[in-house]
Amino acid sequence: MDMSALNPVAIMVALIVAATPLVFAAIGELVVEKAGVLNLGVEGMMIVGAIAGFAITQESGSTTVGILAALVAGAALAGLFAFMTQVLMSNQVATGLALTLFGLGLAAMIGQPYAGIPSPPFPELSIPGLSDLPVLGPLLFAHDWLVYASLVLTGGVWWLLNRSRAGLVLRAVGENHDAAHAIGYRVVAIRTAAILFGGACAGVGGAYLSLVAAPLWVEGMTAGRGWIALAIVVFASWKPWRAFLGAYIFGGVSIAQLNLQALGVAIESQYLSMTPYIVTIVVLVIISADKARARMNAPACLGRPFFAAG
Amino acid sequence: MLRLEKRKERSRVMTWAGPLLAVALTMVFGMILFAALGKDPVRTIAIIFWDPLTNDFSRSELLVKGTPLCLIAVGLALGFRAGVWNIGAEGQFIVGAIAGGAAGLAVYDTAGVWVLPMMCLAGAAAGAAWALIPAILRIRFNANEILVSLMLVYVAGLWLSALVTGPLRDPDGFNFPESRIFHDSATLPILLEGTRAHVGALAALAAVVIGWLALERHEYGFSLKLFGQAPRAARFAGYREARVVLLSMGVSGGLAGLAGTFEAAGPVGQLVPALPVGYGFTAIIVAFLGRLHPGGILLASALMALTYIGGEGAQLEMRLPAAAISVFQGMLLFFLLGMDVFSRYRLAPSKALAARRAQGGAA
Amino acid sequence: MTALLSIRGVTKRFPGVVANADVSFDVQPGEIHALLGENGAGKSTLVKMIYGVQRPDEGTMAWNGAPFAPGSPGEARQAGVGLVFQHFSLFEALTVAENVALGLPPDQAGRDLPERIRKVSAEYGLPLDPARQVGQLSVGERQRVEIVRCLLQSPRLLIMDEPTSVLTPQEVETLFLTLRKLREEGVAILYISHKLEEIRALCTAATVLRGGRVVGACDPRQETARGLAEMMIGRELAPPGAPSGTGGAARLTLTGLTAISHAQFGVSLRDISVELRAGEVLGVAGVAGNGQDELVAVLAGETTVSPAMIQLDGKHIGGLGPTQRRRLGLNVAPEERLGHAAAPEMSLTDNTFLSARTRMRLAFRGFLRLGAAKAYAAKVVQDFDVRTPGIHAAAGSLSGGNLQKYVIGREILQSPGVLVVSQPTWGVDAGAAQAIRQALRDLAAAGAAVMVVSQDLDELMEISNRFAVIAGGRLSAPRPAGETSVEEIGLLMGGKADAAA
Repeated sequence: MDMSALNPVAIMVALIVAATPLVFAAIGELVVEKAGVLNLGVEGMMIVGAIAGFAITQESGSTTVGILAALVAGAALAGLFAFMTQVLMSNQVATGLALTLFGLGLAAMIGQPYAGIPSPPFPELSIPGLSDLPVLGPLLFAHDWLVYASLVLTGGVWWLLNRSRAGLVLRAVGENHDAAHAIGYRVVAIRTAAILFGGACAGVGGAYLSLVAAPLWVEGMTAGRGWIALAIVVFASWKPWRAFLGAYIFGGVSIAQLNLQALGVAIESQYLSMTPYIVTIVVLVIISADKARARMNAPACLGRPFFAAG
Repeated sequence: MLRLEKRKERSRVMTWAGPLLAVALTMVFGMILFAALGKDPVRTIAIIFWDPLTNDFSRSELLVKGTPLCLIAVGLALGFRAGVWNIGAEGQFIVGAIAGGAAGLAVYDTAGVWVLPMMCLAGAAAGAAWALIPAILRIRFNANEILVSLMLVYVAGLWLSALVTGPLRDPDGFNFPESRIFHDSATLPILLEGTRAHVGALAALAAVVIGWLALERHEYGFSLKLFGQAPRAARFAGYREARVVLLSMGVSGGLAGLAGTFEAAGPVGQLVPALPVGYGFTAIIVAFLGRLHPGGILLASALMALTYIGGEGAQLEMRLPAAAISVFQGMLLFFLLGMDVFSRYRLAPSKALAARRAQGGAA
Repeated sequence: MTALLSIRGVTKRFPGVVANADVSFDVQPGEIHALLGENGAGKSTLVKMIYGVQRPDEGTMAWNGAPFAPGSPGEARQAGVGLVFQHFSLFEALTVAENVALGLPPDQAGRDLPERIRKVSAEYGLPLDPARQVGQLSVGERQRVEIVRCLLQSPRLLIMDEPTSVLTPQEVETLFLTLRKLREEGVAILYISHKLEEIRALCTAATVLRGGRVVGACDPRQETARGLAEMMIGRELAPPGAPSGTGGAARLTLTGLTAISHAQFGVSLRDISVELRAGEVLGVAGVAGNGQDELVAVLAGETTVSPAMIQLDGKHIGGLGPTQRRRLGLNVAPEERLGHAAAPEMSLTDNTFLSARTRMRLAFRGFLRLGAAKAYAAKVVQDFDVRTPGIHAAAGSLSGGNLQKYVIGREILQSPGVLVVSQPTWGVDAGAAQAIRQALRDLAAAGAAVMVVSQDLDELMEISNRFAVIAGGRLSAPRPAGETSVEEIGLLMGGKADAAA
């Protein structure tokens, strides 16, 4: 094996790029689930975000406008889910699946003319001076602004959930929607807001894939990352910083297997490509096996429909 | 304004009218979609829903595409009734194709009536085993079966790709990633001369009948329904969760695996990476469209097969993007789930409107 | 004097029911006003309208003489209405302080909240630790959280919806002290209950509701409990039936029954030993959440234990599941009718399969015998006077009382050797309750052994031959019903098994 192909700093940077879309999607879904809603449509919202971000960037020439478009597209799809589950009270599991199937189809349709075109370069938010430092520079100070945004998002959601009244109300709604309704909180409105937030996050996560990580549009390019984000939320026991860590672990696994492939390890590449999915299963099993701990932070009303009688 | 009001009982009319309304709404919104894509909406809908019925070949293709959808959806319905969410039928389908195909390739060039049954058995067993992984992980470790079964779809797809580039690759195939073409005795007999419709269609019919008996007339189906509607009541009745999960996942995985073997030994005729075309996911829509009822699923799989064939026609004739038909199918599931609300709730005028009406009446 | 709250001609309709019809009454400042009525008399609907959860279809309300039409609970709280819910609106995973904060306007839920909670709870004799998780509190403590939440907003009117149904007699006394103190401070209390003795002891005025209408108003201190009851029920009460014989051979024996609960807020059963004899009704009293659910689950076979811990007619059955236990003659009717004893969306016919398929042979080699099930459902409906459009009706469409008659009837008509029922008349109207109690007595008289788990002491006094109390997962030694006073039971319910033994 030729180990010289491995540059630790480059690997770390690749890891950050692999983890960031997962951070966005997982943090968004975490907020949704804390409000007591299970949205299995993350994969669909991500891929629609990916194509919306890519297409609008192509049309407008601005990656910022593209990211905004992805945010809106993700939220729009989430709005559909919110309408179905909160107003029409449809089954959340089935509706989430529908959202994913629909989103995959929609993205493929919209994306047809954009296949194979490279994306304009994504501006990096280098901090002059600091970013030129050896090792630390590229690791800490020379990323695109979305990497920093993902950190701010995680910290912000942590603060919101644990330190703010809005977060307390959100947790209360996820914990016991009937009680929250009885005290006078608007369960449906609060949940809808959380769902839209989750959709916007997933959309941005998807756009990160098509604008920064790839950076081009490939049909089905999310390749299960939306589902992995769902698994990360379980792994994190619904805690934002643990979700952040989880995203980096999963990012690490996919980077590791790619590097092993690059090294020409004597296994067929398909078996290495399986590892992120198998790791997801293993992690899910380990985390879920401790029932008491799995339940400790899980919102008690997760996935249960709410109907205000009278 | 209108508001929703809970019905005391599920409406029987809406339970069956819902899917029909959903299909109608999908057609309407589909026409809007096609118009937005710059296609003649009426013509496109006609190509999708009518043209395939007008010639013999397309009609026989309904059987080809409907067979896997129906087989898989009947199995999924069992689990969905019980609140066991097997989302990985696509993976079980692939593994079934691999096992059935590998069994056929293992005895390549051997004639015998036992070859096909052996392949089917291998495929069904492999599909069931693949589905039992999430089932056992759920029972033993409380792991979410949705995520696990779904992850296994990706694993199965990669495995198929690894096998046809590795051990199962056709030795005379110029390094193309595909297996040998199955020997005659490993290929499904054709049902209608000159078409691709194979005997798997009969198996799908049998699955519908047996599925109906199991769901509506047998304790097994009763325990599934009870578990899905009221898990505590099911435990009170003496049904164990582990048994329900294992049985529903195992059976649905087995049927998906069987469908995979049929696909490999029927229309495709060999193992290729492109063998899975999403039947496992579309079958989820079919199961809901058929109201998780085997009879309904039979009709729904015919309808869904129609959109596949019609969709291909529209791709050729109207240059409709291939993915438009997935959007169309996704929309159908949305409308269906949306319509569902009206079997549990009814629309009633809001309080304010009712009051205004009462006043108007008095005045 | 202007009334604090004045209700005039309030009517509220729901599809198929008139919950309140032309209800009028006044609540004066500094009075404890009882709203008396059976389950289903329309008390809760009235409360929801005062609290802004629902709006009246007709009629008006006034607050200190000014029109009062709260559009939301927030508006009602703003005006000075506080409500302590019957089924607490608390969040188990959150702390006491967080729970209180959720019920307060944002500007009152600042950093000093824990201190204020401590102060108010001490002042009114309701000790509470603001940092504790509500899920770990006893039922009585949870009620304190609700009351403190109301008191922090200095309400003018405090509504208590069935506050004592979950308390031990001693906790009830403490609560009454708090309420009397509040009255002295000029707070009006609207006290909703169907417990007559309490109302006579506490309240200074009463409005009686029946079928959604006001059927009387009185000073409860001047009335007898019997008089109040007849006003509430609308007919004369039949005297309670005398308990039947004191039992024969042991049918169900529990020996050192221990079951550790792994549920988050579950209760472990510890070393329960008791004998249930043929021909007797054994009452098991206790405050909710002391192991009743776990005991019933263990007896039903939903939770299994080591075989010798439970013996049915001498056979060790602790390791058997529900179906095998039923085959041997042990039937159970759990507390929760919808979703546990019956599947709400299934028809009455399908619901017979739940528990009767073995003893009544409703399935043959796994195939369902629909005809036999229909016949059995029809027999239950007929024999137990279940009011329903037919056996095809969904269980969830029946009223609470009728569904309970169906559930009890479904078990009794299988003529089990032992029947365990939990809360047989919870939320059931008086007529149906009486029929159910009579059926249980008749079953015992016919030689079966019956265990009734209930929080309603009056009910247990009426039908039991012997009494035991469950507290903290332990069961006291049973004692003959006639020799036990309410005070003794109260002490046992508070967990003081040694003190009372």
